[in-house]
Amino acid sequence: MPPMPGKTLYDKIWDAHVVAEQDGEAILYIDLHLIHEVTTPQAFAGLRANRRAVRRPDRTLAVADHNIPTEGQGLGVDAVADDEARLQLQTLGRNVEDYGIEYFQMGDIRNGIVHVVGPEQGRTQPGMTIVCGDSHTSTHGAFGALAHGIGTSEVEHVLATQTLRQKKAKNFRIRIEGEPAPGVGAKDYALAIIGEIGTAGGTGYVIEYAGSAVRALSMEGRMTLCNLTIEGGARAGLVAPDETTFEYLKGRPSTPKGGAWEMALGYWKSFFSDDDAVFDREIVLDAAKIAPTVTWGTSPEDVVAVTGAVPAPESFATPDKRASAERALGYMGLTAGQPITEAKIDVVFIGSCTNSRIEDLRAAAKVAAKALEGGRKVADGVRAMVVPGSGLVRAQAEEEGLDAVFRTAGFEWREPGCSMCLAMNPDKLEPGQRCASTSNRNFEGRQGRGGRTHLMSPAMAAAAAIAGHIADVRDFL
Amino acid sequence: MEAFTRLDAAAAPLPLANIDTDQIIPKQFLKIVDRKGLAKGLFYDLRFDDDGRERPDFVLNQPTYKGAGVLIAGDNFGCGSSREHAPWALMDFGIKAVVSTSFADIFYNNCFQNGLLPVVLKADEVRQLMDEARGGNHVVSIDLEAQTVTSPSGAVFGFQIDPQRKAKMLKGLDAIGETLEAAKDIDTYEMKRALAQPWLEGA
Ligand code: SF4
Repeated sequence: MPPMPGKTLYDKIWDAHVVAEQDGEAILYIDLHLIHEVTTPQAFAGLRANRRAVRRPDRTLAVADHNIPTEGQGLGVDAVADDEARLQLQTLGRNVEDYGIEYFQMGDIRNGIVHVVGPEQGRTQPGMTIVCGDSHTSTHGAFGALAHGIGTSEVEHVLATQTLRQKKAKNFRIRIEGEPAPGVGAKDYALAIIGEIGTAGGTGYVIEYAGSAVRALSMEGRMTLCNLTIEGGARAGLVAPDETTFEYLKGRPSTPKGGAWEMALGYWKSFFSDDDAVFDREIVLDAAKIAPTVTWGTSPEDVVAVTGAVPAPESFATPDKRASAERALGYMGLTAGQPITEAKIDVVFIGSCTNSRIEDLRAAAKVAAKALEGGRKVADGVRAMVVPGSGLVRAQAEEEGLDAVFRTAGFEWREPGCSMCLAMNPDKLEPGQRCASTSNRNFEGRQGRGGRTHLMSPAMAAAAAIAGHIADVRDFL
Repeated sequence: MEAFTRLDAAAAPLPLANIDTDQIIPKQFLKIVDRKGLAKGLFYDLRFDDDGRERPDFVLNQPTYKGAGVLIAGDNFGCGSSREHAPWALMDFGIKAVVSTSFADIFYNNCFQNGLLPVVLKADEVRQLMDEARGGNHVVSIDLEAQTVTSPSGAVFGFQIDPQRKAKMLKGLDAIGETLEAAKDIDTYEMKRALAQPWLEGA
């Protein structure tokens, strides 16, 4: 008998969760279901109409994040000005009560962006399957958990059965090797990867990130990397758990304690790709060659090194690409050949599930502090806002004095939520405004109708706030 | 989805042809967060006047038919937009079956996704049901297993239905229902998991 080929990390998690096979689909057990106000109302309505129960309320956690305001949260849901947002929040409140689901309400210090809260609470653990009605659920893959977004009908399916019907994806490994230059980190890696493979490059795959530069990343950095996996078309990204992972998890509210911790650790350590595992696709990047990266267009694949220039539409290979580049330049109000650092900024948004964790805020605050030392502040005419990912991140930043640095330097210090990442709450760009944003989507209108988004790292966004235009963070260190 | 086996319910006659889904549920009700609330928008413009007052002549506003479970409708019921809110609204109102000579395709499909039974009868049969439903006794019986509709006076009409759809409807199977056929496997999986990963039990 020929020896069995090794398994990938994805294969192992998959195999550990197949409950049954039906009509060519696997019924996959779901260990953790995260829910929020926007994509769940009809799912609960469906349960009610069919008189179904939530199978595992204890494996479900609710937060309020997508449409909440980033000030006055202590006043409660009734104070939310937008009628539809308020109704969605009230609906979630009623649903979790009816079905006995734990809920971190708006204003609860544990509340925040769903993909910040899960890891922070230690709900997210290695080897798990995790779903949420939000595409950036891929974030949780940083812990070696198979995590991806689902639609509302699937939310209902998971609530009722604690399983999901799935077909298996292919394996893709991206290795990042070597040492990055100063000022370069996970966000730059992620943007460089999307630039390399394109926004559909990962379609049909689950991506595992490996290599020495990935190993060297903190959990926050790994979350940023996995978060942006969906922008490359793959539903899920993974990093095998290691000491960095276990160190992060230890002592979190929902991680096992005592003997159970040892038992869990043994289990978690079995989740890695075997040496002889076969990947359907593999690429290798040299970390040293990646510069601080920003987007110039309206797709996350429209990336350019901060030292580079806005590309000419003629430089693209296909007529389709040329046409979309043309359109993107028009929308963004940029000219081909212009150095990207010439782009003047109106708004800076530091936040979102991509970059609103403590390490992100520290990186941005460091740039702000350095600027203050040199007698500089947020440039005139620039509105810069910092929106922490959760109440706990906010509290920790305040303990470290980061809020004072931000405030003194002229940044607004807001309350947690998705905020200007998708502009479902009052934080929106005006038409034509240009934003240096640490979020994940630069689509037309994403941050407000007519708004122009440049994606970049928190340190780069802080540098742009001080300079008043896109700037190379290395000049600020 | 609830299983549909047999229904004995008051039937409301709605002798209009080409009732489209916009009439069944107008677009201002599509923003709702809960399918449950859709009953109030059902046939909104037929049921209410411009000032939001009930039109007393509309069949579902008449006391006799307020609790109707069956709708007897004219030809080509459910044409227009594909909105699934249409079957949701009907069901939310308490309608569990619609009888007509014909249904629009998409609406017909949507009914099966939601456990609403669309019954196709011949024109004279629909007319007879319509007439009887206007009388003092307007309770009809629908037996899905036997594929029959029995009129208030006891006349029995047979109807056709796709066998697979019938089977799923009888069991109340939707995607979730199908997965729940494997409920035993899920139970077993959970039992094993509880032993192997006890730290995940009792959050
Ligand atoms: S921060 Fe943005 S991407 Fe992340 S969960 Fe919220 S809306 Fe989605």
